[in-house]
Amino acid sequence: MRRNVLPGLHLSLGITLFYVGLIVVLPLAALVFKAASLGPAEYWSIVSSPRALASYKVTALSALVATLFNLVFGLALAWVLTRYRFPGRRIVDAMVDLPFALPTAVAGISLTALFSNNGWFGSVLSEAGLKVAYTPIGIMIAMCFTSLPFIVRTVQPVLEDLDPALEEAAQSLGGSDWTIFRKVILPLLTPALLAGLSLSFARSLGEFGAIIFIAGNQPMSTEITALLIFIRLEEYDYQAAAAIASVLLLTAFAMLAVTNWLQSRALRYTVKG
Amino acid sequence: MSAVASHKKPPRVGDGPVFRRLLIGIVLSLGALLILAPLLVIGHEAFKQGVKVYTSTLNHPDTRHAIMMTVITALIAVPVNTAFGVAAAWAITKFDFRGKRLLLVVIEIPFSVSPIVAGVAYLFVYGLQGLFGPWLDAHDIKILFALPGIVLASMFVTAPFVARELIPLMQAQGRDLEEAATSLGASGWRTFFSVTLPNVKWALLYGVVLCNARVMGEFGAVSIVSGNIRGQTNTLPLHIELLYHDYQAAGAFASASILALLAVFTIIAKVALERRGAGRRKAQATDAVSTGH
Amino acid sequence: MEIRLDNVIKTFDTFRAVHGVSLTVESGELIALLGPSGSGKTTILRMVAGLEYADGGHIYFGDQDATDIPVRDRGVGFVFQHYALFPHMTVAENIGFGMSVSKVKRSKAEIAARVNQLLKLVRLEGLGDRFPAQISGGQRQRVALARALSVDPKVLLLDEPFGALDANVRHDLRRWLREIHDELGITTIFVTHDQEEALDLADRVVILKDGKIVQQGTPQEVCRDPKNAFVLKFLGDANRLIGEVRDGQARVAGVAVAAADGVADGPAEIYARPRDLDWSAAGPGVSATVSRVLDRPGERRVIATASTGELLEFDVDPERDITAGDTGFVTLRRAKVFAI
Repeated sequence: MRRNVLPGLHLSLGITLFYVGLIVVLPLAALVFKAASLGPAEYWSIVSSPRALASYKVTALSALVATLFNLVFGLALAWVLTRYRFPGRRIVDAMVDLPFALPTAVAGISLTALFSNNGWFGSVLSEAGLKVAYTPIGIMIAMCFTSLPFIVRTVQPVLEDLDPALEEAAQSLGGSDWTIFRKVILPLLTPALLAGLSLSFARSLGEFGAIIFIAGNQPMSTEITALLIFIRLEEYDYQAAAAIASVLLLTAFAMLAVTNWLQSRALRYTVKG
Repeated sequence: MSAVASHKKPPRVGDGPVFRRLLIGIVLSLGALLILAPLLVIGHEAFKQGVKVYTSTLNHPDTRHAIMMTVITALIAVPVNTAFGVAAAWAITKFDFRGKRLLLVVIEIPFSVSPIVAGVAYLFVYGLQGLFGPWLDAHDIKILFALPGIVLASMFVTAPFVARELIPLMQAQGRDLEEAATSLGASGWRTFFSVTLPNVKWALLYGVVLCNARVMGEFGAVSIVSGNIRGQTNTLPLHIELLYHDYQAAGAFASASILALLAVFTIIAKVALERRGAGRRKAQATDAVSTGH
Repeated sequence: MEIRLDNVIKTFDTFRAVHGVSLTVESGELIALLGPSGSGKTTILRMVAGLEYADGGHIYFGDQDATDIPVRDRGVGFVFQHYALFPHMTVAENIGFGMSVSKVKRSKAEIAARVNQLLKLVRLEGLGDRFPAQISGGQRQRVALARALSVDPKVLLLDEPFGALDANVRHDLRRWLREIHDELGITTIFVTHDQEEALDLADRVVILKDGKIVQQGTPQEVCRDPKNAFVLKFLGDANRLIGEVRDGQARVAGVAVAAADGVADGPAEIYARPRDLDWSAAGPGVSATVSRVLDRPGERRVIATASTGELLEFDVDPERDITAGDTGFVTLRRAKVFAI
């Protein structure tokens, strides 16, 4: 039996385990238990119903597009914030966190107001023949908004800590800016980019509040998986809700595993000697 | 060190004046469209029908009740969560025990789980079709569709917030200070309050601020467990949805403006705390996303 | 106070850090625990402090079994390797902390008076209002010492006390610590991996390897009579030659040196310090070719390759005229012989 020099292990660990058990593990276990109580055939028929499949498709595709957009925009934003000095830089830096700080329902209605046919952007876009609100594009925009900070905030610290000597070495060897960016800087950013990408994608898959206002919520076309779960609940179809929720939960666990793996890889690069 | 000083130092990659201006221009325009516009439109829509509609919405008993519910939820969930975060950080950073890595992963789970999934999960614990539902019903204890359910769901989504800020910092600080205090004769509580806490207070406050913002703004998980009863179990975000779907857009935006203000205050507090060293252990990508959902 | 360790054992997970160490520290003695990293020296110090609990054996403070007394009540002064000064407290608050948490209640004025006394002792008068970040490394070290002394400890324990300091500061502090010890007469144990520091400062040196005591004794004893090759090499540069022992004489390339009693006949290692080798143009000796000569303030260090292949290093007087490429013979003035 090991004795500890500092006091409070039993108290602090006891509180921690109790809290985590009650608040996190118990509900998730109850959900898994509920989903598992369905027979395999029944479970499968629920999670692979055409409406569920359509919801996975629109959710995953929108999340993918939003994440790829954020990959480019987030990297550019992180680059601008760390490499250049311009008036208002600190304010822009702070504003990057707005999507995290703004409640999702608020983001949802304000994006809808912007992109509906008589909104600031929607009126311009609809004249150009592009409908955003109540289409999959609206879903993508909501996802872009809510997950933008992930890429910026994972890449920014790595960019800040990037040793200028690496670029100087590459410049002394005669590389052009574009070559140095591609061959020296980008590889060093890749682990952070991948980690940000997986966080951003995972967040988009589970997003609810920001999307449902702008999405239109038509079954088979603009109905995201999280909303389908909500609808099944409102129909008192608890088994279907449990089954589809378990799919989202398993996806989240898979993304968590991927993220952890990417981050442990990222640390290999970022750990200082 | 910066592009401004480029007349003294040779330019770094991407410091060409044309490229630089172009990139700043594009990024700032896109940022204005995607981040700033949603914030501005809230104010615009809220006051579209005049100041009177705005103030009457905020003075409406349902709005006031929703604000109350949100504040009460935060007043319970945030302190409890803070106590948990401190306990978890103390246990994890000051001791070695088996299963520590697993515990860390479990604490972080709520970050990855969709709030809708969280809400559904709580239904299957405390709802009538859940584990304890029938028993609770028989004893006339209301958890779901009432304040306790809202508080519990809020605690789920914010469980990692405080712990996550404290753990990396306390890990980096090691155990020397606590050992020194103990060797000088200080008790456990004395050590914690005189030595540990003063050195992590900004990080703690940082976690609390973020946790509070999330609790007050939580929508998905709360919308499932609250039952959405107007004037009874509506929090502010739920109230916004209700007004919005009632075609009272101005009222919805008026209520939203309060939460938008909260978001702006949160960001200001965040920046202020980061200047004091909280939240900016930037070498670790993991911490950069500590703001979570 | 006399400190006695009786067969103390400590295991971390599967790795055994300390194997049955027994040691007595006389009251008022200043002793050094010396060893390479992983030798268990810090673990022993932390067990004496109560910052680790022994898995086996006993630790006595005088006649009292202190093995299970928690650090809080053990009455030790511990100086941490990186000082562990409380960064949010001033120097004076750091030094006063132990008194303010003590069960013995003192008034604010009493504490302030004692803090001033301690500041004077460590020669930091006037710096009481500074924060640890505002003073130099050497000053922090002295604050840490004053803080450890503030609780009137029965024993003073220092973990690599000079490890984080510049060479010149280290030298001054070393002499100063010795003065303080002589003034207060408090039983003191310190840990170091620097043999020079241990030999300069301690009354007695305890040399550790792999969690065991290899040798203990006064600096003179361990320097003049190292028990084995490890101790000899750890205490300073040494050349190693392979020879043959017969009739109490070790021979290598026609040179003979006396082997200590008890070295059995047969192959043996012969160790000689650079100062104990000499160079001559004619034999007898180990024939060698000079490969480099390094000039130093007080001597010249010669690096030569022996005909047997070993690299030999030795010091000669600054006036000696030796250049790379010279051939000649290395002779042994003094050496230690250990059977292989």
